[in-house]
Amino acid sequence: MVEKLKVAIVGSGNIGTDLLYKLKRSALLEPVWMVGIDAGSEGLARAREMGLKTTHDGVDGLLPHVGADDIKIAFDATSAYVHAENSRKLNELGVFMVDLTPAAIGPLCVPPVNLGQIAAQGSQMNVNMISCAGQATIPIVSAVGAVQPVDYAEIIASLSSLSIGQGTRANLDEFTYTTSNALEKVGGAKRGKALAIINPADPPLIMRNTIYCEVEGEPDRAAITESVLRMIEQVQVYVPGYRLVNGPDFDGNRVAVFMEVAGLGDYLPTYAGNLDIMTAAAARTGEMFAQGILDGTVTLTRMENA
Amino acid sequence: MMAKSKLAGRKVTLHDMTLRDGMHAKREQIPVEMMVRIASGLDAASVPYLQVTHGAGLGGNSIQHGRALASNAEYISAVAAAVKQAKISVLLIPGLGTMQELQEAYDSGARSVHVATHSTEADTSPQHIAFARKLGMDTTGFLMMSHLNDAKGLTGQALLMESYGAQTVYVTDSAGYMLTDDVTEVISRMRDALKPETEIGFHGHHNLGLGIANSIAAIAAGASRIDASLAGLGAGAGNAPLEVLAAVCDRMGIETGVDTFALMDLAEDVVVPFMDDIVRVDREALTLGFAGVYSTFLLPTRRAAERFGVPARDILIELGRKKMIGGQEDMIQDTAMTMARERGLL
Repeated sequence: MVEKLKVAIVGSGNIGTDLLYKLKRSALLEPVWMVGIDAGSEGLARAREMGLKTTHDGVDGLLPHVGADDIKIAFDATSAYVHAENSRKLNELGVFMVDLTPAAIGPLCVPPVNLGQIAAQGSQMNVNMISCAGQATIPIVSAVGAVQPVDYAEIIASLSSLSIGQGTRANLDEFTYTTSNALEKVGGAKRGKALAIINPADPPLIMRNTIYCEVEGEPDRAAITESVLRMIEQVQVYVPGYRLVNGPDFDGNRVAVFMEVAGLGDYLPTYAGNLDIMTAAAARTGEMFAQGILDGTVTLTRMENA
Repeated sequence: MMAKSKLAGRKVTLHDMTLRDGMHAKREQIPVEMMVRIASGLDAASVPYLQVTHGAGLGGNSIQHGRALASNAEYISAVAAAVKQAKISVLLIPGLGTMQELQEAYDSGARSVHVATHSTEADTSPQHIAFARKLGMDTTGFLMMSHLNDAKGLTGQALLMESYGAQTVYVTDSAGYMLTDDVTEVISRMRDALKPETEIGFHGHHNLGLGIANSIAAIAAGASRIDASLAGLGAGAGNAPLEVLAAVCDRMGIETGVDTFALMDLAEDVVVPFMDDIVRVDREALTLGFAGVYSTFLLPTRRAAERFGVPARDILIELGRKKMIGGQEDMIQDTAMTMARERGLL
């Protein structure tokens, strides 16, 4: 039995709590602390039931215990506004940060696209998970780009109203900028554009994502189809509900892929595939770094932040 | 001799949609010179507000919503240079358009904005409404697909938009589905709940032939701003036809300040000859109004029907059943492909 790496979850909302369920199943990670800011939060209560230590004093309530409890990785599911401070404080203690907020201090990470590459650098202390739509669409853009250059990638994420929290609602521009930028930086498209639609239908709709790529020259249909199908299998390893509904469809130089993401229903209902793909990607990222730390290929350094 | 209307003396602000909603009916292909020609005519006819953007508003140029002949900045600045009195407005749907693009529109000459959300999602608009106010723009909260919320719910959403700073809140019948009694109920309830200085607007689509009747019902219930477009040029069976609305208002003694004959000429001599297909209540447009489907879906659905061999009406009914809303144009092809496969056509 391999000893697991001890981790903390910062943020006891929907994302943090769903992540808790995923980390409890991990063969490499052991969640030992859950951090909130509301003593009455349901997430903290569930964490206590599962045997975690909890604090409702924010990240400052965790800092004194990092050394004694040997915390190596922290997952931040708070908000972009507080992430920078959380990251600074924990990095100073040599804790690696997986950032689920749109803060994007560290490199942008989509596991099947560039996690291996980021982990191989061995010196990062913070990685960012972009956005739910980014996690759901960038793998496809990258798969098309692996066959021929993508001049323009456009994605449409349809999200059920019940799965979208106040933070995202009040900051839709941030979602748009962050995801558009990542389509270029990680997906490899020359230009990227992200659109978000919040649909209130009842019963709630399962998360849908449409990915359009305009490629250079005539699309190589067979190669693109094969590359996309292979990529979908790679995402399905950690998000089983990641499913092709229609396509790849070819119209001129445009490739269209229509995806659906059903969640595992750990803490949130299955329609909230958008939250599930974030927490699953974050858990996978944590595991990859944990493996590196255990193998000695990743070194954690105490960051001296100005 | 007819009795005098109870609405005689009421003042209503007309807001032209020809150069924004009309973009949908023209597949986003209105040349800048035609925009300037129509805008100049509207300006000369004393129409106080003209909306000028891609049909889907700021950020609309995309595969999802079609690519226009020119950028929003190019359209807005060309029209701004041509008009003398009219204010230019834009559409901004958060999730598609951003505050950066609103700033750019303002810099190009826009001075009014419809900040649009689905009828239950007003809380995605606070930043954009606040930013528009900061720029000093005439700021409207625009509740799209209003038929998918009830009067109480819509009033709650309108109060939210008012609290963010919206000076006007619109009931937006994007599917042309609302019946006249629905309009009366919603707007009466909003009028009671909103501050007296907050204006109420109505944006109709003519899919059930109720564009004018619903606009008049809205005015009777307390609305003071109405969207309309020349010869109805707009998505689906179009908007309330502006020249018809102006004529009805004249007959009722509702004061709009516009030159009705000038609008009649502009509609007949410029806009109708420019239409690709005559905008009317045809079978598919009627289906939109009957099934409660976003009017803009009309033309992309026709294209998907042709490509995948599934009748447009069947696709529209299915989109309505699946409760697809504005902005989900990608689901038209997706739905058509799924239906074609089920029918052994794909």
